[in-house]
Amino acid sequence: MIRRGAFSFSGASVITLALLVVVPILVLLAAWRQQEWATWQHLMDTVLLRLIGNTVFLMMGVAIGVSLLGITLAWCVATLDFPGRRWLQWALLLPMAMPAYVLAFVLVDLLDYAGPIQTQMRSWWSAFPGFSARHPLWVVVTLSLVLYPYVYMLARLAFQAQGRAVLEQARILGDGPVRAFFKVALPMARPGIAAGLALALMETLADFGAVSVFNFDTFTTAIYKSWYGLFNLQAAAQLASLLLLFVLVALWLERRGRRRARFSELGGRQVVRVRPRFAWLISAFAFAVLFMAFLLPVCRLLYWVVGTGIDGLDSRFFSLIWRTFLLGAMAASLVLVLASWLAWVKRHQPSRAVSGSVQLATLGYALPGSVLAVGIMVSFSAVEARLDQWGLTVPLVGGLAALILAYVVRFLAVAFGPVENALQQVRPSLVEAARTLGATASEVGRRVYLPMMLPGLFTALLLVGIDVMKEMPATLLLRPFGWDTLAVRIYELTAEGEWQRAAAPSLTLVLLGLVPVIVLSRRR
Amino acid sequence: MRVFGIIVGALVMASGLWGCSEPAADEELVVYTSRNDHLIKPVFDAYTEATGVRIRYITDNASALTARLQAEGERSPADMLITVDAGNLWNAAEKGLLSPVESVVLKNNVPDALTDPKNQWYGLTVRARTLVYSKDRLQPSELSTYEDLADPKWKGRLCLRTSKKVYNQSLVATMIERLGEEKTEEIVRGWVANLATDVFSNDTALMEAIVAGQCDVGIVNTYYYGRMKRDNPQLPLGLFWANQESSGVHVNISGAGVTVNAPHPEKAKALLEWMTQPAAQQLLADRNLEYPVNASVKPPEEVRSWGEFKSDDLNVSVAGALQVEAVKLMDRAGYR
Repeated sequence: MIRRGAFSFSGASVITLALLVVVPILVLLAAWRQQEWATWQHLMDTVLLRLIGNTVFLMMGVAIGVSLLGITLAWCVATLDFPGRRWLQWALLLPMAMPAYVLAFVLVDLLDYAGPIQTQMRSWWSAFPGFSARHPLWVVVTLSLVLYPYVYMLARLAFQAQGRAVLEQARILGDGPVRAFFKVALPMARPGIAAGLALALMETLADFGAVSVFNFDTFTTAIYKSWYGLFNLQAAAQLASLLLLFVLVALWLERRGRRRARFSELGGRQVVRVRPRFAWLISAFAFAVLFMAFLLPVCRLLYWVVGTGIDGLDSRFFSLIWRTFLLGAMAASLVLVLASWLAWVKRHQPSRAVSGSVQLATLGYALPGSVLAVGIMVSFSAVEARLDQWGLTVPLVGGLAALILAYVVRFLAVAFGPVENALQQVRPSLVEAARTLGATASEVGRRVYLPMMLPGLFTALLLVGIDVMKEMPATLLLRPFGWDTLAVRIYELTAEGEWQRAAAPSLTLVLLGLVPVIVLSRRR
Repeated sequence: MRVFGIIVGALVMASGLWGCSEPAADEELVVYTSRNDHLIKPVFDAYTEATGVRIRYITDNASALTARLQAEGERSPADMLITVDAGNLWNAAEKGLLSPVESVVLKNNVPDALTDPKNQWYGLTVRARTLVYSKDRLQPSELSTYEDLADPKWKGRLCLRTSKKVYNQSLVATMIERLGEEKTEEIVRGWVANLATDVFSNDTALMEAIVAGQCDVGIVNTYYYGRMKRDNPQLPLGLFWANQESSGVHVNISGAGVTVNAPHPEKAKALLEWMTQPAAQQLLADRNLEYPVNASVKPPEEVRSWGEFKSDDLNVSVAGALQVEAVKLMDRAGYR
C-alpha cells in the first residue's frame, strides 16, 4: 500500500498529470494580462445578459431532461422486467454514438417549417398553423437525447450493483415501491448519477455545434463570436476562463454535498415482474427514446447517402475510418490508464494536494473544444521553442503525440467518473478480508479489484473512445498532415453547407461508434 | 487481462508513432487552408502534375489556422494561407502573418479591388451575395437594393441568415463604409423588424423557407442557389442582382497569401501565381460555382446563365477593417 501523508512518487505523479492538464488552461488565463474592456463593454451592453439567461435555461433544461430519461430508463432496465428489455438495455446506449450537431441538423431539417413533415401537414390541411423547430425547447430536447446515455449508463451500473435486497428491506420496513425508490435506491445511486450528470452538463456548456444549428446563443457562442467575429482571441479566452470558474464552483458544491455519502454495495440482482400493460408501456417509452435519438437520424442519414451517392468512397475514405478508429483506441487506452491511476492514488492517499490536483486534472471537459485546442497548441509551441533553444528539435505541434495529449487533457474527466465509481464499489473491508485470508497484492488486484471494476473500466474506455472519434476542433487544429478523421471530413463538408454530402461520413462515424457499444453489451 | 494487452499494444503503437511528423522535404509546399479538401485537392493535384511540386495541407477554420500560425511563429512549416472571406485574410495580415508579394502576373490577373492594398494577399475566386426571391409571390421589379429590404413593405416577408456568419458581417461592413454607421444601423434594425421568422443558420435552409412560403425574399451567396438549382431545375426561386443603380452587388473573395515565415517563399509565390492562371482559375471556380478573379476566364455555364451584374468596386479589405464595427452594430440592432 502507498504511504500516507509524506511526499511520495504517486502523489507527485498525480500533481504532474494535473499540471499537464492545467498548463493549457493557464495559457488561457494569461489572456487576462491584456485588458479587453472594449469587447467586454460591448458584450455587457448588448448580448451578455441574454446569453447567460439562455445558458442557465439550457443547463437546467438538459439537467432535467437527461435525469428524467437517464434515471427512469436505468431504473426500469435494472429492476423491472418488460418486453425487449434484453436488447433495449444496450440499445439505449446507442445515441451516445450520435454527434449532437448531427442530430440537431436532422431534427431541424425534418421538423422546421420547410421540412417534409410540416410541408405534408400543410398539404393536407392548408390552415395548419405551423411551428418553429428552432425554438429553445428543441435545443434542450436534442441535447437531452444525445446526452442521457451518460446518466443512464452510470445510473444503471449503480442500480444493478444495489441489488434487490436493499429494496426489499426498505419495503419490509413499510415503504411503497415509489417511496423505496426515492428514499433508498436513488440516494444510493447518487454518486453515479452525479458523475453522469456532470459529464452531460459539461458537454452542454461546451457545445457549439448543436446550438449553432439552432442559432441558440449561449455563453460558448459568445466566446466564438469574440474570436471569429471580433478577431479577439484574448477576450474569448477570458470568457472561457469564466466558464471554467463556474464549472469549478459547481463541481465543488456537488462534491461537498456528497462528502459524507459514500456507498458501496453487495451484488445479487434480480428483476421484478410487472403487470403486462405497464410493462408494454415501459417498452414503448424506451423505444420512443431510442427512435428519436438514434433510429430516426440514422434513417435520415441513410436516405441522404442513397440520394447523394457515395462520392469519395475510395481508399482515402477507408484511411479516414482507420485513422478515426486508431486515434480513438490509442487515446482511450491511455486516458483509461491515467484515470485509473488518478482514482487509485486519490483513494489511497487522499491528501488535499492530491484531491485538488485530481479536480484540476478533470477540468478540460468543460471548455469549448477549440478554445482548449488553442491553449494546448500555444503551450506546446512554447515548449517546442524552448527545446529548440536547447538544440533539441522535437516537432510537437502537428505531431501525433500532441494530438493524443490533447485528447488526454480533454477527456480525462470522462474516464475518471466511471473509474472512480467502480473503485468505490470495492469496499476496503473486502480488500482487507482478502488480505487476511492470505491473498497477495497481485491476487487481490486480479481476483478482487479487476472483476469488480471491469464494467466501470469498460464503460470509461467506451465513453472516451466514442468521444475521441467524435471530437472535432482539437483534431482539426493539431492533427499531423494526412491524419484526417471522419469528424474532420464532416467539418469540411458542413463548413460549405453541404450537410447532405456529409451524411456518408456522419453515418460511418455513428456505425464506428457502435462497435465499442456492441462489444460492451456482449460482455454482460 | 486482455484489456491490458490491448492497452499495452496501443501504447507501444503510440510511442512508435511519436515522432512521425517529419519536416517537409525540399520539393514540398505546406499550405494551411480553410478552403476544404473536396474543393482544394483537385487544384493541388493539378499543380503537382504540372510542376512536380508536392503540396501538403491542413484544413481548418480560418481563425484557428491564424492562431496556429501565430503560435508557431518563426518555426511554422506553413508556406501559404488560403481562406474564404477577405476579413480572415485581413486579420492574418493585420497580425503580421503574411508577407507582401510583388508580382506582375498577380497584378495582371487579379483586379485591384480584390487585392490587399499592401499586396499581402490576393483574391482567387469571387463570391457574390445578393437577393433571392420567390418567383411565385414576387415580381423582380418589386426588388431593388439591400437597403430597401428595411422598408416596412417587407414586414414579415424577409428571411435572413445569422449575423454570426462572416458573409453577413462583410456585407454590413461594406454598408458602413458606403453609408456610414448611423444609416447602416437604421437599415439593419429595419431588416430585423421585417423578419418573418428567426434567423437561419445556413443559406440553404433560408432558401427552403422561401420555397415553403415562410417568407418571400432573402440574402444568399449565389453558389448555394446554384447548388440547389442543380438538384432541382424547377426551383421556384430567382436571383436578383442588388444595387445595380448604386453601389453594385456585394462581393467577397476566397484568397491566399504567402506566410511571413514561409520556408519556401519563392515556391509559394509560384503557386500563388499559378492559381490565378486560367487553368487553375477554371478549377477553383467550377468546383463550387463561384466566379474566377481572372477576367479572361469565363465562369461556369450555369453561373453565366444567371446573367451579368455590376459588382461593388470597394476594396474587399474593407470587410476586414470594419468587421468588428459590423459585428457590434448588428449586436446593437438585435440582429442575431
